[in-house]
Order: sequence, then C-alpha cells, then structure tokens
Amino acid sequence: MRYETPETTRDAAALLAAEKGEAYILAGGTDLLVRMKAGLLEPDLLVDIKQVPAMNGIQQTAAGFRIGAAVPAVELGEHRALGRTWPGVVEAAKLIGSDQVQGRCTIAGNLCNASPAADTVPALMAAGAKAVVVGPERRRTVPVEKLPRGPGTMALAKSEVVEAILLPQRPAKSGDAYLRFIPRTEMDIAVVGAAVNLTLERGVVKTARIALGAVAPTAVLVPRAARAIIGTRLDDAALEKMAAACSAACNPIDDKRGTIAYRVKVAGVLARRAACIAYERAGGKR
Amino acid sequence: MPESVVVDVNVNGVAYQREIEPRLLLVEFLREEIGLTGTHIGCDTSYCGACTVTLNGRLVKSCTCLAVQADGGEVCTVEGLEQNGELHPLQEAFSEHHGLQCGYCTPGMLMASKSLLEENPSPSREEIRKGIAGNLCRCTGYVNIIKAIDAAAVKMQGV
Ligand SMILES: Cc1cc2nc3c(=O)[nH]c(=O)nc-3n(C[C@H](O)[C@H](O)[C@H](O)COP(=O)(O)OP(=O)(O)OC[C@H]3O[C@@H](n4cnc5c(N)ncnc54)[C@H](O)[C@@H]3O)c2cc1C
Ligand code: FES
Ligand code: FES
Repeated sequence: MRYETPETTRDAAALLAAEKGEAYILAGGTDLLVRMKAGLLEPDLLVDIKQVPAMNGIQQTAAGFRIGAAVPAVELGEHRALGRTWPGVVEAAKLIGSDQVQGRCTIAGNLCNASPAADTVPALMAAGAKAVVVGPERRRTVPVEKLPRGPGTMALAKSEVVEAILLPQRPAKSGDAYLRFIPRTEMDIAVVGAAVNLTLERGVVKTARIALGAVAPTAVLVPRAARAIIGTRLDDAALEKMAAACSAACNPIDDKRGTIAYRVKVAGVLARRAACIAYERAGGKR
Repeated sequence: MPESVVVDVNVNGVAYQREIEPRLLLVEFLREEIGLTGTHIGCDTSYCGACTVTLNGRLVKSCTCLAVQADGGEVCTVEGLEQNGELHPLQEAFSEHHGLQCGYCTPGMLMASKSLLEENPSPSREEIRKGIAGNLCRCTGYVNIIKAIDAAAVKMQGV
C-alpha cells in the first residue's frame, strides 16, 4: 500500500485518478481504518488529506461557514460562532463516537462514508449545506442531499474529493436541532435520527427543512413534513401532521436495534421533539 | 513489496525514527517498533478504547490511526504518566479506589481521564461517565473507576 499526503485538493484528486488499483481518501480514518482492519478492503493507495491547507480550518464568510473536509469534529464544538449559528449541526457532530473518535473524525468523512445512519448527514441536509466537490478537471458545489445514493455509495466520481462543507448564513430568528435515538446513551449507531431547521417571522414558521436518518437507504429530506409546520406556530395539530409525514417517509430495515414499526413510530416522535427544540432556539414560544 | 517510509515520532518526550510500512497502525508502532507495551489492544472493532493515547494533545484510539499519520507528531502513552518515579495522581487514585481489576482497560482509562481532567478539572460524575464513554471495562462495572477519577480531580485541584 502507498500512502500520499498531497498539498492541494487537485493533487489529491489527480492521485485518485491515476491509481489503477483501489484508492481511498483518508480523513479521520474512523470508518476507513476499521474496515481495513476487518479485512473488508485493502487499498493500494491512501490519500491523506490532512496536509491540504484548503481542507483545514473553519472560515466564517459573508455567505456563511466553510468547514474544511479535514477538520475533526472536536473543532466544530470549539468554534463559538458556528455553535451559535448552527447548534443542531454541531450537536450532531458531537454525537459521533467518543472523545477519541471526535479528535479524528470529520463531517465530510461522515457524509462520504454514506452510512444511512450517519449522524451529521440529516443535520447537514436540514441546514441546506452544500459540499464543494473537486475533481482533477473541475470543481462543483452540490447540495448534500444529492450525494448519498445508498448504503456505502455516493454520487461522486472515483477521482472526486469533497474539499469543504458549506453552511449558509441565516436570518435572525432561526434555529436547528438534531436528535438521535440509540439503545445506549453513548457509542451506538442511530436507530433513528431527526433534524429540523426553521426560521420564524413573528412566531410563525416561515421556512423549514426536516431530514431523517437511519430510516431509509440514505438520510432523506422530508419536504411534506416541513410543509406541515410552515405557516404555523408549531401547535399540536401541526406537529401531529409533521410527525405523520415523517413516519410516512420511512422505509427502514428491521435489525437488532429496532424493528420497522418501531423506527417508523420513533421517527415521528423524534422529529416532533427536534422541531420544538429548533423552535425554541429560534426564539419562539409555544 | 510494500513500500516503506521513514517516520519520526516523539513518544513521551523521546524522539524515535523508524522505517515502517505505511499500513502499520500507531498501536503496532508503539508496541512492536519501540517496545512500549503499556498501550493495549483490546478489540478489532475500534470500540474498546484500551489503545487510547494522545496525538498532538488530542485523544485517539491508536488502533484507528496509522503510524505514518503520527509522523512529525507527539504521542503520549501511559508510560509517560509517571514522572521521576512518582505515579500520576490518577494512577494513585486508581490503585487506592480499586479502579482496576485485571488492568487491561486501565492504560486507556488513564489516558482518557487525564485528557478529561485537562479540559475540565472538576467534572461532575455525569461528565466523567461521558469522558470515558469510549473506553470499555469488562471487570469493574465502572463505579470504582468513576470514584478514582473523581478523587484524582479533587487531589489535583489541591482541595
Ligand atoms: C468507535 C466508533 C464510534 C462511532 N460512532 C459514530 C456515531 O455515533 N455516529 C456516526 O455517524 N458515526 C460514528 N462512527 C463512524 C465514523 O466515526 C464517522 O462516520 C466519521 O464521521 C467518519 O469520518 P472520518 O473522517 O473518520 O472518515 P474516514 O474513515 O477517513 O473516511 C470515510 C470514508 O469516506 C471517504 N472520504 C473521507 N473524506 C473524504 C473526502 N473529503 N472526499 C471524498 N471521500 C472522502 C473515505 O475514503 C472513506 O471511504 C463511529 C466510528 C467508531 C470507530
Ligand atoms: S484496541 Fe479496541 S479501540 Fe483500539
Ligand atoms: S479492569 Fe479488567 S477490563 Fe477494566
């Protein structure tokens, strides 16, 4: 196995493009190395992105935030302005594993690993996040919800690399929240994850985005659930309708962590709770 | 032939240079290349935390990090806790409060709790539990580990 540490994103993409065998980007390695240890894959080339300046650091710009693809989750928790603006995204990142995992793992890696249960992906989808995708020839900016295709597969070419995740700037009176349900209190894979992002105008929900994790082959946006609360003060009837839309959007698996019926029910319940937290964070009073 | 690379890693204040295969895990580097066997391997799923060390000040599971990724970096292991023949207050507290039985998880527990106390010198019991969430112990039931960390925190605060 070869190990390379390019200094630009384009060089990283070129290395992937030139490799005849199996090549992978190495970010935090908390998924990749586990799969290598399990013998599930044996790369010919690992391209470590930690030395690429454009993939390090969190920048606040006029358009919002730019989070480099090599930034470990722990740094999201340490960034005050990010935490104030996007508390739901940060709380999702802070749920990944334990302190040891957060010191290494990245949100871009969480996205690119394409697990249906990845914790930050619903939060990013609800936030309207975009990924900056760089290939050897061109660069494109893609909404996060357009990337995961199914368990372990992404709408990325072999030589494409995610350089950064972009979070938009947001109006006052906005809030987001992410909740997951796991059988333990720490260190487990989500049975259901629910993210809600909304903006209020005089206490009324003006815009909303709702996304669910672990209930379908990829995390999913649920526009019908968002529509159920837009124009309301998040009264019980609106929440009821939203929860029903979330349950209806589920197409989950049965496994040891939860049955289909259970996941479908919990999706509605969690989305409801996340909506109430987001509403309160936006300054709303129910 | 797999390629080999030369890495320089500072471990507990000592500089080491070794020629290794890029596939070598940091925990294998520590145990097999430089002979520091205090860091244990307790699983192959990255869950148990027995292999916990710090790399450039941040906690990592050394079984889930390549040695090449530590090139040019500083690693602290359990062997670095003792200073001039004196046990670290956490080590003393683990001994005093029976925070270990077989001791397999202990190096990782000590590193995780040391890092916790550096961030948060007087954690609540809840915060201690969260701080060691990435470390499994099959013997103690955790109660005495939590007691030991709590006692060490009090002692290190000098109260
Ligand atoms: C003990 C433990 C607990 C965990 N708990 C959780 C949890 O609670 N919630 C959760 O969601 N996950 C959890 N995970 C899974 C994992 O930590 C996360 O998915 C993490 O965010 C992966 O990020 P990484 O940087 O380590 O990715 P890597 O392992 O470095 O990469 C993952 C995959 O994405 C690709 N990739 C990475 N970055 C890029 C990029 N910039 N461009 C293109 N491709 C890229 C890699 O090639 C690889 O295929 C856990 C893992 C462990 C070991
Ligand atoms: S050996 Fe178990 S987590 Fe590293
Ligand atoms: S003391 Fe035996 S595993 Fe913890």
